[in-house]
Amino acid sequence: MEKPANTVGQVKTEYFTFAEDDDEYLILDSGKRFGPVTVAYETYGTLNTEKDNAILLCHALSGDAHAAGYHSENDKKPGWWEDMVGPGKAFDTNKYFMICSNVLGGCVGTTGPASINPHTGKPYAMDFPVVTIGDMVKVQKKLMEHLGVQKLLAVSGGSMGGMQALEWALRYPDCVRSAIIIASTACLSAQSIAFDAVGRNAIISDPKWKGGNYYGGDVPAQGLSIARMIGHITYLSDRSMHEKFGRKLQSSEKLNFDFSSEFQVESYLDYQGTKFVERFDANTYLFVTKAMDYFDVPEYYGGGSLEKALDLIKARILILSFTSDWLFPPYQSEEMLDAFVQAGKDVSYVNIDSPYGHDAFLLEYELETRLIGTFIDATYNNEMFWEEKW
Amino acid sequence: MVSNNPRKFVTIDDRLDFGVISALIEEDTWVLDLGCGSGALLEYLIKTKDVKGMGIEINIEKTIVCMKKGIPVIHQDLNEGLSNFKEDTFDYCVLSQTLQVVQHPDELMLDMLRIAKFGIVSFPNFGYYRLPLKLFFRGKMPQSKEFPYDWDNTPNIHLVTIKDFRDFCKKNGIVILKEYHNYGEEYSPGLTLANKRSKNCVALITHERKLK
Repeated sequence: MEKPANTVGQVKTEYFTFAEDDDEYLILDSGKRFGPVTVAYETYGTLNTEKDNAILLCHALSGDAHAAGYHSENDKKPGWWEDMVGPGKAFDTNKYFMICSNVLGGCVGTTGPASINPHTGKPYAMDFPVVTIGDMVKVQKKLMEHLGVQKLLAVSGGSMGGMQALEWALRYPDCVRSAIIIASTACLSAQSIAFDAVGRNAIISDPKWKGGNYYGGDVPAQGLSIARMIGHITYLSDRSMHEKFGRKLQSSEKLNFDFSSEFQVESYLDYQGTKFVERFDANTYLFVTKAMDYFDVPEYYGGGSLEKALDLIKARILILSFTSDWLFPPYQSEEMLDAFVQAGKDVSYVNIDSPYGHDAFLLEYELETRLIGTFIDATYNNEMFWEEKW
Repeated sequence: MVSNNPRKFVTIDDRLDFGVISALIEEDTWVLDLGCGSGALLEYLIKTKDVKGMGIEINIEKTIVCMKKGIPVIHQDLNEGLSNFKEDTFDYCVLSQTLQVVQHPDELMLDMLRIAKFGIVSFPNFGYYRLPLKLFFRGKMPQSKEFPYDWDNTPNIHLVTIKDFRDFCKKNGIVILKEYHNYGEEYSPGLTLANKRSKNCVALITHERKLK
């Protein structure tokens, strides 16, 4: 199959394992010690000799280390951020060295609840510790050290990826030159936690979930699929759903007067649910949504004050939000912006006009490319000759 | 919000008021430029006064130019106000050639003096004697270097004279600390008959409650 010219082309997922010895275990935010950890990652572009052109890309809830390119000759589906990562794109692999890894607790190569617990020889399942966004970032930091990257030119991600970018700038202020936080927040709203809770309840109440010990047998497909359906509703917007589906029926001209999936929007959700079950682990969904719910920057870093928390940051910041995003609404980005301004930080913000809801961060790539590309170039070229001011 | 609003900001002789604005600003302070355009003034202030500069701009293309220069910029419509910023966040808030194009210049001026200790307002003076003469003799909306627009495409919705400005300040507890005018190319303080003779005005203002 002919691949578009501006792709990173064929890529391979790599693996790095650490914390194998008891005394090197990762100390989690919960206080628990955990190891060993394997992290799945991909890299695109070349790390220069000064090692100052590395950019870490952080994925959202259902993403993985495969941000760009194709895994094989016949691979039809590129990585999750293909529109933004590649030669001449927002994250320009001609200039910069891109790294993307699967999060701790994930299910696409990095240690998570489906991984085998070396101490028992069985999958961790619910014995996997509750991890936080901070723990995910600690694992990424280990990976950076492994790759020889001391200071990142940028950390970027959308949604939960944006949380990680913010966490990086807070936890390792001297290791991040800029953070690009897209469609994200410093802490989830009650509404978003509520949606996560419903998703988790759908999984847990599936009889096939069996307390999380379903590995080797039937997976809780129904529960996970419902969780994904709810997720998808929250990723779209009233307007984008109306434009995409309206009240159109899937296969017949008239109503059936039964309870099959008649409306196009219903079959869309069915399809998304089923497709998700094939590639995602239900327990990972529980752990990762929990990590998002726990993410609370003002509480963890500022004793309740967002401004105090953000005052720790030394990185330049670019915040992007989308007008129709109601899962991570613009007001949350604006709260962050205001706290950054109040703390006297180098922060830029654009609320992009888009009808696509939360998903816009993956779709509005044309404007995002210009904004992000410009921001990264300016940071890299050190054109902000007054950098030391901030 | 990104909009394709074709509204132009008046950018007559961008550079002309830079020098006088810069002269009014203390070194090493924090400056917010309202309607910063492509960041030319901020760049000038950063170079001449070593300030920490940040801009607000509604035009997305100009916003991107600011980013290119490494200037922190917020893509925001000034007509939606500045309520998002807290009191006394900035040392200076600059409104350069923007006063006359916003919907609520009164609210904006009071708001800028809430979020900053000082305000600097630079505007073209509609009281300049040639303008009414042009109107009188030609019977058409007067045009000049400062007012280059036709009636149907002007972004200026709140034309103001120096006298109007002074009256407004007085009525609203705003103290004019310094006022600069230009007759020719140079700005100078206290031009006699400024309201008639000056083409532009640059004023350093604060709110009286901040002087207490």
